[in-house]
Amino acid sequence: MKTTVRLRVNGVERSHQIEPRLLLVHYLRDILGLTGTHIGCDTSTCGACTVLLNGQAVKSCTVFAVQADGAEVTTIEGLARNGELHPVQEGFWEHHALQCGYCTPGMIIAAAQLLARNPSPTEDEIRHGLEGNLCRCTGYQHIVEAVQYAAQKMRERK
Amino acid sequence: MAKYIGRRIKRTEDPRLIKGLAHYVDDIKLPDTLHVAFLRSIYAHARIARLDTSEAAKAPGVVAVFTGEDVGEQIGPVPCASALEGLKVPDHRPLARGKVYFVGHPIAAVVATDPYAARDAVDLIAVDYEELPAVVDAEEAAKPTSPVIHEQFGDNIAYRLTAGEGDIDAALASADRVIRQRIVNQRLAPVALEPRGVLARYLPGEEELTIWSSTQIPHLLRTQLAIMLGIPENKLRVIAPEVGGGFGSKLNVYGEEALLGWISRRLGNPVKWIETRRENLQATIHGRGQVGEIEIGCKNDGTVTGLRYNVIADLGAYLQLLTPAIPTLTGLMLSGSYKIPAIQINVTGVFTNKMATDAYRGAGRPEATYVVERAMDLVAAELGLDPIAVRRKNFPRPEEFPFKTATGLFYDSGDYEAALDKALKISDYAKLREEQRRARDEGRLIGIGVSSYVEICALGPSQAMPAGGWESATVRIEPTGKVTVLTGVSPHGQGQETSFAQIVADELGVDINDVAVIHGDTSIVQYGIGTFGSRATAVGGTAVLKAVEKLKEKLNRIAAHLLGADASQLTFSEGRFSVQEAKRTTAAAVGEAPATSLPEPKTNGKRSLTLKDIALAAHLAKDLPPDMEPGLSATYFFEPKNFTFPFGTHIVAVEIDRETGEVKFLRYVAVDDCGKVINPMLVEGQIQGGIAQSIGQALYEEVVYDEQGQIVTGTLMDYAVPRARMVPRLELDRTETPTDVNPLGIKGVGEAGTIGATPAIVNAIVDALAPFGIRHLDMPIKPETIWRIVRR
Repeated sequence: MKTTVRLRVNGVERSHQIEPRLLLVHYLRDILGLTGTHIGCDTSTCGACTVLLNGQAVKSCTVFAVQADGAEVTTIEGLARNGELHPVQEGFWEHHALQCGYCTPGMIIAAAQLLARNPSPTEDEIRHGLEGNLCRCTGYQHIVEAVQYAAQKMRERK
Repeated sequence: MAKYIGRRIKRTEDPRLIKGLAHYVDDIKLPDTLHVAFLRSIYAHARIARLDTSEAAKAPGVVAVFTGEDVGEQIGPVPCASALEGLKVPDHRPLARGKVYFVGHPIAAVVATDPYAARDAVDLIAVDYEELPAVVDAEEAAKPTSPVIHEQFGDNIAYRLTAGEGDIDAALASADRVIRQRIVNQRLAPVALEPRGVLARYLPGEEELTIWSSTQIPHLLRTQLAIMLGIPENKLRVIAPEVGGGFGSKLNVYGEEALLGWISRRLGNPVKWIETRRENLQATIHGRGQVGEIEIGCKNDGTVTGLRYNVIADLGAYLQLLTPAIPTLTGLMLSGSYKIPAIQINVTGVFTNKMATDAYRGAGRPEATYVVERAMDLVAAELGLDPIAVRRKNFPRPEEFPFKTATGLFYDSGDYEAALDKALKISDYAKLREEQRRARDEGRLIGIGVSSYVEICALGPSQAMPAGGWESATVRIEPTGKVTVLTGVSPHGQGQETSFAQIVADELGVDINDVAVIHGDTSIVQYGIGTFGSRATAVGGTAVLKAVEKLKEKLNRIAAHLLGADASQLTFSEGRFSVQEAKRTTAAAVGEAPATSLPEPKTNGKRSLTLKDIALAAHLAKDLPPDMEPGLSATYFFEPKNFTFPFGTHIVAVEIDRETGEVKFLRYVAVDDCGKVINPMLVEGQIQGGIAQSIGQALYEEVVYDEQGQIVTGTLMDYAVPRARMVPRLELDRTETPTDVNPLGIKGVGEAGTIGATPAIVNAIVDALAPFGIRHLDMPIKPETIWRIVRR
C-alpha cells in the first residue's frame, strides 16, 4: 500500500508515491538523491540527519516522510543561497569546525536554527543548543568558534 | 618564509563537506544494487541447533539468503596479522558455522531489492540456539575453572608474553617503597560517526571486483581480500571514498567486506551493506580492555627504580587484524617519559565471548600512559611529594637523547621539562594549588591533575611493522601545469588533502588550489600502507616531499636544457626557473674564469621559464635532454629509520559538586610537542578531538556486557559519547622539538590527545578526593561513584 506525499524540498515541489513507513531521511537520500543528510545512529541520538521542517530542526530519521506532507524542508544542500555559503557554513570552513565531515551537515543545520532563534548566543548557549548533535572528531571547540563567527557575520549583515 | 607550510590554511576538502556534496559509501548509488541485512546472534555463546532460512527466502523482494554453510570454504579466514609466538588463532569466517561466539556474530545475510525488505526478511529466519555458558569477565576467563570458548585450544589463553629489560625483581627488592595498584582500562567503542559500509560490484566480463569500503587501509585491505576471495589482486580494486571517521575501527579487515564481494560475484549485481549503529556497537572492534596490576618501586626521594605491569588483555572471541598486538604496544611504552631502569610487562591475552578488541585511537599507548602517569601520582601520594616534583626527578634530560628505554626503544628527541614548565606557567600551577588550599578550607573539592606523556608515532620502520611501515607518494605535473599528488595514506578527516598540498605548493611555488591530492583508490594510487598510528603526515608527507624533490631535479634539468644553461646556473623561485645573473657578472668583473668554467648559456632569447612552460615541453617531448624520459612524474617510497616520540604535559583543574558528584572542569591546559607543524589549525583540531575522547574514557564511556554476555551499551542512548557541554574550553599551546627521523621534522599528532589527557583528568579527580583517602579510582568515574565517596 502506497501513499502520496507532496512537499517542498529546498524550494522545489516534490511528489512521490511512497510506503507509509518510509522515513523522511530515506525519502531525501534514496528517492530525491539528497545524500548530504547523513544517518549516524538508530535512536535519534546523533543528529547527523538533522534537517529543517517548516523552519524547525528535526531529526529526519524519526520523522516519516508522510508526516512531512505539505511541509517545507530544507536540507544542507539547500542552505547556500545563489552560490553563496550560509554564514554557518562559512564559519565551519574558517574555523576548521569539521574533520571527517559526517556530522557536519546536521551540525550546520542545527547551528543555523540555533542562530535563527538566538542571534547572540553565549558559548554555553551554543553548547547547550548543539546537545542533540554528536561530533566524534573535533571536541566541539572549533564548532563553537564557527557558530560565534556566524553569529557575528549575521549581525553585521542585518 | 614559506607561503603555506606552518600557516593556518583553510582546508581544501571542506567545500564539498559543508555543502553536503561529498560521497561516503552510502551516497554512491549504482543501478540494480541489491541490499544486504544481517541476522546476528542474540546470544554470547551458543550452538546453532537449527537454522531455517526458507521463509525469509520467499519474502517479497528477497533475492537470496546466505549462511555460513552456503559460503563454506569459498571465503578464507578473516585475517590476523600478528605473529606472536605460540598465538592461538581461531578459525574466523564471515558467517558463523555451527556456533556463535558473541552478541552480534553474523549468522546469515539476506539480500533483497531494497534495504527495508532485507531487514524485514531477517525476522523470518528461524534459529534454534542451544545456549552455552558465556565467558564474559576477562579475569575469570583466564582461570582453569572457566568454561572454554574455543574447545580445540583447551583453555581461553590466546597467548602469554613477557617483555622488558633490567632486573625487575632486584629493582623492586632494593626500592625504599613498592606500591601496588589494580588498574583497569575499560572497553571502549570507537564510534566513528559514519558506521562501516561496503558496496561491492563484480563485473563478470572484465572479471573485476570493486569494493567501496569505509576503510583506513585500502591497499592492505585489497591484498587481504584477494587472499580471502581468491581473486587476483590486479583484478581487485578497493576504493575508500569519503570516510566518516575511523579512530582505528576501520584499520581492519572485516568479514562483511569479503562477504559482500563474494555475494556480488555470485549474484552478478552490485550489493550494498550499511552498518546500523546497533551493529557498529556490537560488531565493530572495541578498544582497550585491560585489567592489570602495577608494582612500582621508588626511593624515598621519588626516584623510580622499577615498574612491573601484570595484565590480562580482554581480546574478545576472535582475533581481528591487530588484536593481540595492542598489549605489546602497551609494553613498549611503559617507560613513559621517565628513566626507569627496570621494566617488565606480563601479558595474558584471553578469549571472551565479546567482540574483538583492536586498535582504538592510541592503541595500547593510552593504556601504558595511564599506567605510568597513575603510578607517578601514586608515588607522589605515598611519599607526600608534589606530583610535578616526582615527574621532574625522573625525566631524562634533553642531552640524553636519543634516549634508550628499558622497553627497548630509542626516543628520538625531547625536552620534557620545557613542555612541563610551559604548562605550569600557562595554568599558573602555584596559584591553582593556592586556590585549592583555600577551597578545601571552605569545604569545596578542587583537584589538580597532571600528565606528562610521551607517545610512539609515525609508525614505523618496516622491521617493526606487520605489513610494511613505509609510505608512498607520486607527484605529477600535468601538461597544463596543474599538479596532482597521489598518496598512499588514506585520510578520513585529518586534512592531508590540504597539508600535503601545502608541502607541494611551497616546493613548486604554485598556488595551493592548483594542487589536487588523490587518495584511497587502489587502481589510481600506487601501493600504500594507510592512515593509522599518527603516521600519515610524518611518513606519508615525507614521501610527498621526497617525490616532489625528485621531480624538481628533472624540472631543473629540462629548464637548463631549454634555456641553454647548466643546471647549476638556474635559480628556482615562485614557480619560475631563471638563469642566475649575479654570479657571472661578478666573475667577469674581476676578470677571472669561474672555477668550473661553464659554457656561456645559450638562452634562446629567454632568461627564464615557468613551471607551465616546462610541463608542456616535458609532455610534447620535442626538445628534451638526450636520454631523458618524457613526462613529469616522480614516485617515492619513504622508509623511516625510527619511530618518532611526541610528548607533552596536560594540566587539569576540576571541581566536584558535593551534592551530585559531578565533575566540572575549571581549567584544561595542554602543551603538546609534535615537532614541526605544517598547519597549526589542523594540529589543534587533532588535539582537541583527542582530548574529547579522553574525557569520554575518563568520565562517560564504557562498553558494558552483562553476566550473560548481552551488550548493555548497544545504542548511543546507552553508550555515552561526549556532547558539546561535556567538553570544556581547552587552552592549547606547543613546544617544538624537531626530529631527525624525517626531513620535515614532524612527529605526528593524531593520537596525542587520547594518550595524554585521560590520566590528567583521573589524576585531578583523585586529587580532589584525596581528603577522603582516595588514591585511585577506576574509569569511567561516574557521579555516583564520587557521590558515594563524598557521602560516606
